[in-house]
Amino acid sequence: MRMDPKNLKVSIWRGTPDEGAYTDYAVPRKKSQTILDVVSFVQRYLEPSLSFRFACRVGMCGSCAMMVNGKPRWTCRTHVEKAVDGDKLVIAPLRNLPIIKDLACDMDVFFDKWTRAEARFYPTKNRDDDIEPVLPDNPARIYASQGIECINCAVCYAACDVVEKDPRYLGPAALNRAWTLMNDERDGAGIKRLRAVSGTGGCQSCHSQQGCMTYCPNELNPTLSIAGLKRMAVKAALKGEL
Amino acid sequence: MTEVRLYVLQRISAMVMAPLVMAHLALMIYAIQGGLSAAEILSRTQGSFWWGGYYGLFVAAVSIHGALGLRVIIREELKWPDAVLNTFTFGAGLVLLTLGLRAVMAVVL
Repeated sequence: MRMDPKNLKVSIWRGTPDEGAYTDYAVPRKKSQTILDVVSFVQRYLEPSLSFRFACRVGMCGSCAMMVNGKPRWTCRTHVEKAVDGDKLVIAPLRNLPIIKDLACDMDVFFDKWTRAEARFYPTKNRDDDIEPVLPDNPARIYASQGIECINCAVCYAACDVVEKDPRYLGPAALNRAWTLMNDERDGAGIKRLRAVSGTGGCQSCHSQQGCMTYCPNELNPTLSIAGLKRMAVKAALKGEL
Repeated sequence: MTEVRLYVLQRISAMVMAPLVMAHLALMIYAIQGGLSAAEILSRTQGSFWWGGYYGLFVAAVSIHGALGLRVIIREELKWPDAVLNTFTFGAGLVLLTLGLRAVMAVVL
């Protein structure tokens, strides 16, 4: 790989939940270098105790998201060229989540909200039943397909100002997942899930600022999904079901 | 009342207010064409069932919409406990309604 003579000036947040500060490192700039390459370099050659989370390195597992120059990014698929400011990179743990150590966040809050939103599949058939046909041109299936490629990376959760302001808000990812399930013809949660996503901190808390859509690495539109849930919830409320 | 019903109420009150605000703005411009005086306004509004109804509905919509809007802002910015927040919302709605209806009555009765 061709080496660029210039170094990157990288500031990485280091610390525990109680205290921490940015530490500066000089990292050689390389062609096609990703942000994950940068933090991996720091860990291997400069700071072996640096903690961060990653697994697949190809944008599938959703575990390597961090704040890069103030923006939430999936670091394995973000090239330095896209995020760098001159030669400066400021890398911090994801916003809106508790820090465990350095760049590793505690994802429990994020996934607890998926549970609260009933964002899991409720089957309606058993092994003896015929398989439900899933027709790709069914309008509900089109809605479901639009939101289904979520990798649970929490970039949208970090981008959301409502999450920051209201700790009870379920957040874009959990609500997006709930919306895809509400449009899944095989799912049977129905009003139970709608009740879960329209209580305190539910879909109606979204201000449609679209930070989630702006930063979603898979170019999903959780704001649109949440708007769909709002419509469903309003219809159910007008029928007296919520 | 459930969160989603409050959400519906806020949307419905906004839908009610939108045409009323437009008409109110147009009326203000129309009403001051010949100069602005209390006597002139009162001559149109006093004893008028329609103006009483128009501004009565306006005040009701504003009270609901304003109180629920404050509820959202206070929840996010001040993080009051739900019981305090709901009591405040009800109180704010009541204050807006009382002040508004007093004003309507003053020009209609």
